[in-house]
Amino acid sequence: MTVLLDVAEASKLFPTGGGAGAWSRFQRRFSGGPESLPKVYAVDNVSFSIAKGETVGLVGESGCGKSTLVRALTRLIDLSQGSVKLGTRELALKPARVFARDRDRARIQMVFQDAGESVNPRFTAFAAIADPLRRLRKLRGKTLKERVETVAIQCGLPLQLLTRFPHQLSGGQRARVGIARAIAVEPELLVLDEPTAALDVSVQVVVLQLLQRLKQEFGMSYLFVSHDLSVVRLLCDRVLVMYLGKIVEAGPAAAVFEHPLHPYTQALVAAVPRRHETGNRLRLIGEPRSPIDPDPNVCRFYGRCPQGTDACKTTMPALRRFGAREVACHFAEGFLPQTNTVS
Amino acid sequence: MMGAPALSVEGLSVEFRTRSGVVRALDNVSFSVAKGETVALVGESGSGKSVTAYAVMGILDPAGRIGAGRAMLGDLDLVAATPKELANVRGRSIAMIFQNPRTALNPIRPVGKQIGDVLMRHGHVSRRAAPAHAVEMLRAVGITDPARRAKAYPFEMSGGMCQRIMIAIALAAKPSLLIADEPTTGLDVTTQAVIMDLINDLAKELGMATIFITHDLALAGQRSARIVVMHAGHVVENAPTADLFANPRHPYTAELIAATPDTAASLDELAAIPGSLPDLRRTDLPPCRYSERCPRKIAGCAQPLPHAPPDAAHIAACWNPLPDRTQRAMPAATVSAA
Repeated sequence: MTVLLDVAEASKLFPTGGGAGAWSRFQRRFSGGPESLPKVYAVDNVSFSIAKGETVGLVGESGCGKSTLVRALTRLIDLSQGSVKLGTRELALKPARVFARDRDRARIQMVFQDAGESVNPRFTAFAAIADPLRRLRKLRGKTLKERVETVAIQCGLPLQLLTRFPHQLSGGQRARVGIARAIAVEPELLVLDEPTAALDVSVQVVVLQLLQRLKQEFGMSYLFVSHDLSVVRLLCDRVLVMYLGKIVEAGPAAAVFEHPLHPYTQALVAAVPRRHETGNRLRLIGEPRSPIDPDPNVCRFYGRCPQGTDACKTTMPALRRFGAREVACHFAEGFLPQTNTVS
Repeated sequence: MMGAPALSVEGLSVEFRTRSGVVRALDNVSFSVAKGETVALVGESGSGKSVTAYAVMGILDPAGRIGAGRAMLGDLDLVAATPKELANVRGRSIAMIFQNPRTALNPIRPVGKQIGDVLMRHGHVSRRAAPAHAVEMLRAVGITDPARRAKAYPFEMSGGMCQRIMIAIALAAKPSLLIADEPTTGLDVTTQAVIMDLINDLAKELGMATIFITHDLALAGQRSARIVVMHAGHVVENAPTADLFANPRHPYTAELIAATPDTAASLDELAAIPGSLPDLRRTDLPPCRYSERCPRKIAGCAQPLPHAPPDAAHIAACWNPLPDRTQRAMPAATVSAA
C-alpha cells in the first residue's frame, strides 16, 4: 500500500493565561514574571499515516485533541512542530494563510460537523459548492455549472435544490451540500469531522452509505472523526484512539473493538450502548488530567486508569507495536489475546 | 403492566399555534409508567418526545395548548391542575433532567445553593441545614470534594459534572417520577455510561419511576424495561424492550431498528427510512401519520387508527402490522390490530 498522508511527531501547543503576542511578552519581561506561558498540550507528539484508499477513524472524548489534530493536518491552523507529508510534498512548512491559496489545497478537503453552521447562510447550495471550484480550479461560467451539477448528482442532491439557501434544506440535504462542496475539487484525502452527529439515525444511514459509495467511486482516503464508535466500527478500516493529546491505541477497527488493549479503549468500548445489556460495567471514574504543561513522565491516563501502578507515574508509556496494532500502555501484554495471532 | 401506574398519560393532544398554521404536535398519546419502572420514549427529532414531557410537567411554550387528554399522577390530573397545585408537585413528586445541563442550570448561582433551593422548597429542610444537605446530595451523585464543589459555578465544571448537578437537583426531594430528557446528549460515551448508571442506580434505590427520552434506540434498549416508539406526534408502538427488538409489529419500529448501527456487521446491513416526517401543519393529515412513508400501506390505513385494549402488553398502532414472530404463549402481544 502506498502511503498518502504521513504525519510525524506533530505537536500543537496553545499558550494560556495572558497574551501570547509581542507586546504581552515585552510586558512580562519587564514585570519580572516568567517569560513563557503555561501551555495546553492539545496534540503532543503524534505520528501516524493513512494509505491510499484507506478509511481511518479517529476517536476519543471531547477535549482530547481530535479536532485540533484534524485542523492542523488539513492546514487550517499551524502545527507547533512536526511534519505533515501528503504524498511527497511537505505541507507543514507553509503557514496556513499561505496554504489557503496553495495548489495542494485542493488535495485535502474537509467536511465539517454541522453543515447548517459551516455553509455560509447567504450562499445558495450552488454558490457553496461552486466556491472552492472558482478559487482552486479557476472554473467559470458553463464549465463551472456543469461541474457543480455533476457533483450534486453524485451526492444525491436534486438539481432543483441548488437554488436554495441552507435554512431551506433539511439536515440530510445540508450534509450532502457539505460533502459535495468538499469533493468538488477531487481531493485525495477527505477529512470528515463528525459528519453525522447532527443527523437522525434514518438520515445518518443514507449519509454513511453515500460516503462509502463515493469512496469506492473516486478512491479517496478518509479520516473519519467521530465519537460514535458504532459508526466508526462499520465505516473504518483502521482506528486511532486519542487520549489527552496522545494516540494511545491504533489498529484494524474490527480487532480494536473486538479486543481493545489499552485500558482507555476498553472503557470506551464498554461504554458504547448496545440494545442488549452486556453487563460490562467497566467505567471510568474521575476527570481527565489537566492538559496544561502535563508531566512528561506520567502516563496521561494515570488517575482514571483501573491499572495505574507506580510505573505509570514515573515513565510515560511509549506507543509499542504488536503485529498490526500499536498500544501505549505498560500492561498491554496482559491484554493480548491468548493465541499469539494479533490480527 | 405491573402495579399502580406512577403516571398515566391518556389521549394527550397538544397543538402549537404558529404564524404559518396550527402544528398538531401530539395526537392522542397514551402510555403509562409503573412505580419503579423505566420507560423509554424513542423517536427521531420532531416526533413529539420532548413535547410530551413538557406537557406533563406543565411547562409548554405559551404558543402550545393541550387540546385533550389527561396525565394522571396518582389522583391529580396534571393537565387540569392549577398553577399552584403544579408548583407543589413539580420538584417534589415529578422532577426533570434537561438535555443541556449548562443552559438549564442558573449560571450566576453556586451549584450548592441551587440544590439547597429545592431542598428548602420541597424537602422540608431549613435554610440553615440546606448547605450541609446540598453537600450530601453532591456526594451521592459522585462528585469528588463536594464541599468545595458546592461553592463552584456551573461554568467551572465539565459537562458530565453539570449533568450530575442536574441529577442532584432533580432528586433532592426524592420524587416518585423522574423525566430525563436526553440526559446524555452532548456527553462523551464514557461519561454517558457513568451518568446512565447513576440515574439507573438512584432510580432503583429510591423506587422511582423514570421516563427516559432519547433518540438512541440502542441506549433505550440497554437502559429501559419498556419502550414507547413515537413518530410525528403519535405513539406507534409500546412494548417490553426485549419483545420490541425481537418482535417489532409496527413497520416504523422495524425500520428504526434496521437503521440503528449498534449490532450491524456491515454498513450494507443498515437500511435507511425513506421519506420524512409529514408537515404537522397540514389539515389533511391521514389518520396514520406514517402511512405516506409506509411500505406496508393498505386501503384500510385510511380509517382511524385501531384502538388497543388498555391492558395489552404490546401495542402497535397499525392496521397491517408485521407478522407476529412469537406465535407461542403471548396472547396479549397479538392484539394490536384485532
